[in-house]
Amino acid sequence: MKALRKLLDSQAHLFEKGGKFEKLEALYEAPDTLLFTPGHVTKGNIHVRDGLDLKRMMITVVVALLPCVFMAMYNTGYQANLAIGPGLADPRDAWQMDLLLLLMGSEAAAFNPDSIYANIMHGAVWYVPVMVITGVVGGHIEMLFAIVRKHEVNEGFLVSWFLFPLILPPTIPLWQVAIGIAFGVLFAKEVFGGTGMNVLNVALMARAFLFFSYPAQISGDQPWYAIDGIAGAGNPASIDGLSGATYLAGAAAGNIDWASQAMAVGGEQWMTAFHGFIPGSMGETSALACLIGAAILIATGIGSWRTMLGVTVGTAAMVLLLNVVGSDTNPMFAMPLMWHLVVGGWAFGTVFMATDPVTSAFTNNGKLIYGAGIGLMVVLVRVINPAYPEGMMLAILFMNMFAPFIDHFFVQANIKRRVARNGA
Amino acid sequence: MAKPKEIVLDPLFNNNPIALQVLGICSALAVTTKLETSIVMSLAVTVVMMGSNVTVSLIRKFIPASIRIIVQLTIIASLVIVTDQVLKAYVYDISKQLSVFVGLIITNCIVMGRAEAFAMQNTGRDSMLDGIGNGLGYSVVLLVVGFFRELFGSGKLLGFSVMPEAYQPNGLMVLAPGAFFLIGIFIWVLRWRKPDQITAD
Repeated sequence: MKALRKLLDSQAHLFEKGGKFEKLEALYEAPDTLLFTPGHVTKGNIHVRDGLDLKRMMITVVVALLPCVFMAMYNTGYQANLAIGPGLADPRDAWQMDLLLLLMGSEAAAFNPDSIYANIMHGAVWYVPVMVITGVVGGHIEMLFAIVRKHEVNEGFLVSWFLFPLILPPTIPLWQVAIGIAFGVLFAKEVFGGTGMNVLNVALMARAFLFFSYPAQISGDQPWYAIDGIAGAGNPASIDGLSGATYLAGAAAGNIDWASQAMAVGGEQWMTAFHGFIPGSMGETSALACLIGAAILIATGIGSWRTMLGVTVGTAAMVLLLNVVGSDTNPMFAMPLMWHLVVGGWAFGTVFMATDPVTSAFTNNGKLIYGAGIGLMVVLVRVINPAYPEGMMLAILFMNMFAPFIDHFFVQANIKRRVARNGA
Repeated sequence: MAKPKEIVLDPLFNNNPIALQVLGICSALAVTTKLETSIVMSLAVTVVMMGSNVTVSLIRKFIPASIRIIVQLTIIASLVIVTDQVLKAYVYDISKQLSVFVGLIITNCIVMGRAEAFAMQNTGRDSMLDGIGNGLGYSVVLLVVGFFRELFGSGKLLGFSVMPEAYQPNGLMVLAPGAFFLIGIFIWVLRWRKPDQITAD
C-alpha cells in the first residue's frame, strides 16, 4: 500500500496546476481517491450529521446490490442450463459459449442445472461482458467530460454501472449495451451538468433508449433465455408450465390461473418467483435479493423507506381497485397483488431505482407521494396498456419528471404554514 | 440597413429560427422521418415565407395596425392553400405523407413572426431576402434532422438503402423523441461553435 501511495505521490506534480498533464488532472485524481481517502474531506463541527460523502453512499448501494449481482449470474445460467442440460435446447452460437466450455472443460459439466458452480459460470460469461462494456464505455464518457469540464471523476457512475447490466436481458448484444449506456450517460446526465444534476435516472434512460430503439432484443418473449431454439420443442416456457416467456407476458395472454394451488401466494410457483428462479432481466428476477438490498439501504439510511413504502401502497391501492373492477377481456385485471410484487422489475425498481436520491423527491412527504405515483403508474401500464407487459421503467421515469414539482408543492406548503404560525 | 447577403445568410446559423429562436419545432418533429419529406416541406415553407414577406411588405403602408394580424394571416393562408394544391398536383405521394403539416404552415410561428417582425418595417426586396434566409435557416435544421433520422431510423437515404446489410434500424429515430434529441444535438454543436448564443442561466 505504501509503495502505491509513494508512486501516486511521485506522479502528483505532473497533474497539478502548471504540471505537464495539468489538463488530465481527472485521470490522476480518480484512481487516487478511489484507492485512498480524498485529499479534502469535510472538517469542523458545522456538519450536523456525519462524514457521509458521495463515495461512501455509492459504495453502500453497490454492497446492497451484491445479492442481485449474485442472482444475476446464478439465475441466468440456471435458466439456460434448465433447457440445455436435458437437451431441450441448444447453447447459443456465440463466443461466450466457447469461453464457457474452455473454462468448464466439458459440455456435461458446463450445462448441469444442478451444479451451482456451473450455473454461476454460465451466467457469468453472459453477465460479465455486459458489465465490462458498460464500465469501459460509460467510464470513458465520464472521464472525457471530467477533463473537458475540469471537474473530478466521481463515483456517480459507479452505481449506474452496477445497475445497468442488472436490468438488461442476458442475450442483449454487446454493441447495444455500448450505445445504450453512452446515450444514458450523455443525455440523461452529462448534458444536465453531471452527477447530481440529472432529472432522470441514468440507468433507466439507457434502458429506455434500447427499449424504444431495438425492441426486438429487449422485449417480447425471446431475449430472456441465454439459449438457442426458443420455439417448438425447445420452448423453455414449457418447463415453467407457461406458454409466455415471462409471468407478465403469460398473465397478459390469459394463460395463468391465479387460483390454482401452485400459483397461489405461498404456493410452489409463487415461491419460485419470489426467490427469482424465473426468466427475466438479469438482476431483477429475485424479490428476495432485492429485499436483502432494501434492508441494507434502509438500515444505513441511504435508501428512503418512505419512497419504498409509497410505491408499495400505490401499487396495492391500484391493484386492489382493478381486482374489484375486473374485466372480461383483459386477464391482467385479475392478477393478485402478491404476484405483482414478485414478477418483472417491481422489486428491483422499488428498491434501487425509485430511491435514487438525485431523481426522487427530496421532501419526506414528497417521497411518499412520489412513490405512490410510481406504484399507480406501474400497475396502470402493466394492466391497462396492452403494448407493454412491464411498466416499472416507464413509471419511474415518468415520476422522475414530477419529483421537482412534488417537492415544490411541499416546500411552498411548509413556507405558508410557517408564515401563518409566526405571523408575517 | 443590413446588406442583402447578411439578410439571407444570417438566419442560417447566427440567428436560426429553430435552433436559436426555437420556433417551428412542431413540424420539424413531424415531417422529418424521411429526407424526402424534409426537402419538400423545407421548399414549401421557404416559398410561403418568401411570398408572404413580399406581399405583406408591399401593402404594409395600407394595413391598419389594429387588424394587421388578420391581414397577415389571410395572406399566409392563401399562399399555403396554393402551395398545398401545387404539391397535390405534382408530388401527390409526398403530399399525402406530409398530410396536415402543409396546411399547418399557416400556424408556423416562423412565417408569421417574420411577417410581423421584418416585413412590416422593410422594403419588398429586403423582405423577400429575409423570407428566403429564414426559409433556408428552417431548411438546414430539417435537412440535417431528416438526413440522420432516415439514415439511422431506416438505414436509407431518399429511399435507397445505404447502410450495410447487417445494420439494424434504430426504432427511436423514427419516433418523435428521436427528432427532439437530434435537434438538441444540432443546437449543442451550434452553441459550441458559437458561444455567444449560449443563454445565461
